[in-house]
Amino acid sequence: MLKIENLHAEIDGKQILNGLTLSVGAGEVHAIMGPNGAGKSTLGYVLGGRPGYEVTQGSVSFEGQDLLDMAANERAAAGLFLGFQYPVEIPGVSNVQFLRTALNSQRRARGEAEISAGDFLRLSKAEGEALGMSMDMLKRNVNVGFSGGEKKRNEMVQMGVIDPKLAVLDETDSGLDIDALRVVGDGINRIMRQPHKAVLLITHYQRLLDIVAPDFVHVLADGRIVRSGGPELALQLEREGYGAIAA
Amino acid sequence: MTDIRNREAQEAADRASTYEWGFSSDIEQDFAPKGLNEDTVRFISAKKNEPEWMLEWRLKAYRAWLTMEEVSWAKLDIPAIDFQDAYYYAEPRAKPKLGSLDEVDPEILRVYEKLGIPIEEQKVLAGVEGARRVAVDAVFDSVSVATTFRKELEAAGVIFRSISEAIREYPDLVRQYLGSVVPQRDNYFACLNSAVFSDGTFVYIPEGVRCPMELSTYFRINAENTGQFERTLIVADKGSYVSYLEGCTAPMRDENQLHAAVVELVALDDAEIKYSTVQNWYPGDAEGKGGIYNFVTKRAICAGARSKVSWTQVETGSAITWKYPSCILKGEGSVGEFYSVAVTNNRQQADTGTKMIHIGKNSRSTIVSKGISAGKSNNTYRGLVRVNAGAENVRNFTQCDSLLLGDQCGAHTVPYIEVKNPSAQIEHEATTSKISDDQMFYAQQRGLNAEDAVALIVNGFAKEVLQQLPMEFAVEAQKLLGISLEGSVG
Ligand SMILES: Nc1ncnc2c1ncn2[C@@H]1O[C@H](COP(=O)(O)OP(=O)(O)OP(=O)(O)O)[C@@H](O)[C@H]1O
Ligand SMILES: [Mg+2]
Repeated sequence: MLKIENLHAEIDGKQILNGLTLSVGAGEVHAIMGPNGAGKSTLGYVLGGRPGYEVTQGSVSFEGQDLLDMAANERAAAGLFLGFQYPVEIPGVSNVQFLRTALNSQRRARGEAEISAGDFLRLSKAEGEALGMSMDMLKRNVNVGFSGGEKKRNEMVQMGVIDPKLAVLDETDSGLDIDALRVVGDGINRIMRQPHKAVLLITHYQRLLDIVAPDFVHVLADGRIVRSGGPELALQLEREGYGAIAA
Repeated sequence: MTDIRNREAQEAADRASTYEWGFSSDIEQDFAPKGLNEDTVRFISAKKNEPEWMLEWRLKAYRAWLTMEEVSWAKLDIPAIDFQDAYYYAEPRAKPKLGSLDEVDPEILRVYEKLGIPIEEQKVLAGVEGARRVAVDAVFDSVSVATTFRKELEAAGVIFRSISEAIREYPDLVRQYLGSVVPQRDNYFACLNSAVFSDGTFVYIPEGVRCPMELSTYFRINAENTGQFERTLIVADKGSYVSYLEGCTAPMRDENQLHAAVVELVALDDAEIKYSTVQNWYPGDAEGKGGIYNFVTKRAICAGARSKVSWTQVETGSAITWKYPSCILKGEGSVGEFYSVAVTNNRQQADTGTKMIHIGKNSRSTIVSKGISAGKSNNTYRGLVRVNAGAENVRNFTQCDSLLLGDQCGAHTVPYIEVKNPSAQIEHEATTSKISDDQMFYAQQRGLNAEDAVALIVNGFAKEVLQQLPMEFAVEAQKLLGISLEGSVG
């Protein structure tokens, strides 16, 4: 589904990704762990097509298409969703308005009919309920005044409504309380654990992986994958830290 | 990455280069001879079958205008205007008085359609049964061509007429109030308007009457080289209420066109006037060539106790805008409000704001101004809050927010506060912000293209003002904000 090869990328002239290679198949969940500043969020931004991030070498294909040749919104329409480490506030724009505009933009780009107001309301209400977000919250402005945990849950509501093929979730677990972690973890499984979908799960902690069991675990350090393994690698990291492994 | 950005920028710029509503329709004009002198003034007055007092009033204004100088203090770069190189009067081919809308020139109806006049109003124009009642006094170029719902308004005692008709049919009312809020010599352009105004609207709401429908007028500048001098006068008698909508777009032309309207509002005891404007005149091309010059004088007097006037404006068009809808708060406990969104892109210049003149005790005013600048444009809020010595317990709240797109545009906030009574409570807040890269990427990652992302964020920024608009205007205004910022992001 996703094939990243020898990816080099820089921001403001500073090289962050350094020959990163990673392959993700349909139906798989890959956890990506690594020390602060290793380039995990950068990987998400580069995959998402954030302006300013320049790819200097390497390639990325997504379902056979050259991902790097597509604009950010085209990537979204093709099924790529990025759960932000720091979700962004948009004053004056309600969550429902934002989400409906987003969903319909994607649908139009794919040549599909727009969703009706009624269907959208039902869909967003159902996703909100599943993730503990009331309609009142959804009517508030995008992430404005939301707590850290509420912002992360809001990301998952968006993911549920948008229903992507590939989700890159950047520390979606950080800032969540114990109960919310469970709700969000269950949400990821429900929405994304499907044979035709895949997840790149960026996290620092095993506790999320206890709920969303990864098929593969990778260690990203200095802008490349330095080690890959199964779920046991995450447990080993939790015991021993990065020092022993990345060295 | 960079390639994608450049491509987006290029495409956006290409789209922006074609003004969506830049067409011109083909209606034959009856012109006054080119140029401006006493004969022009007499020509206009004669065309309108005006009484002698009106001609005298015009001539007095014309003579005063000759002695005045153009305004120079606004933060605008105004090219010299050759007032002799313009026509001051144009009307569609003379037609017999219209009994119904079916008789309206189909060309004009087609123009309305192109303008995207809200469906409800189109239904009204098409005469559909049960259409929501919005009375449309259609001003096409300078002459009213159709007035609907006149009967129902008349039953309520509401007078809704073109100003020319009103001058003939209600001379006493017009004479009493015309120029009472904006004196002839108020400023250069208002004085010019007083001499040569060719049409406009007169509204009178009698005591205790709530106007049974929203009153709506569509302006359109259509003739090459024709200055447009609209005159609007609205009088709300004691305890009455009226909501008036004004909206406009203009076809593409190469010559700059001058628009110098005067709007006067009078609210007596306990009366309320809500005046909403969506202004989308042609702003000129990316280099600023060919746009409308919009020098409008809009002023209200809250003459009566507890009277209220609310100005809401969405200004997206014109090459140069110079406009300060103001309130003279004379009545005790009277209320003035000003809600404004002004968008400038490319080389547009806007100098807009309000004046709240507090004379009456316990009078209150609220000012919310949202300026959005993009391209190489300049956007200035200029506002005056004055509290006279005798005005006890005045309150004013002012909020001015500026949003910048790119780093070649300018946003300026120029508040003047003159307080001569110590009991006044004046609050002023101002912010300047940019659309952040984070917001843009967030929206684009969720599927919006760059233009839609800007439109969404800008509409959010302007929401406080947009929600003051009547529903059908709010939708149109939201679209306009997006359209007018096309090409501003890469
Ligand atoms: N504009 C920039 N200019 C220079 N360096 C930058 C810029 N933006 C990010 N970086 C650097 O890139 C590196 C990778 O950052 P990134 O956010 O990808 O790390 P991360 O692995 O997600 O870390 P964390 O676990 O703390 O979230 C960091 O050292 C960061 O300081
Ligand atoms: Mg990070």
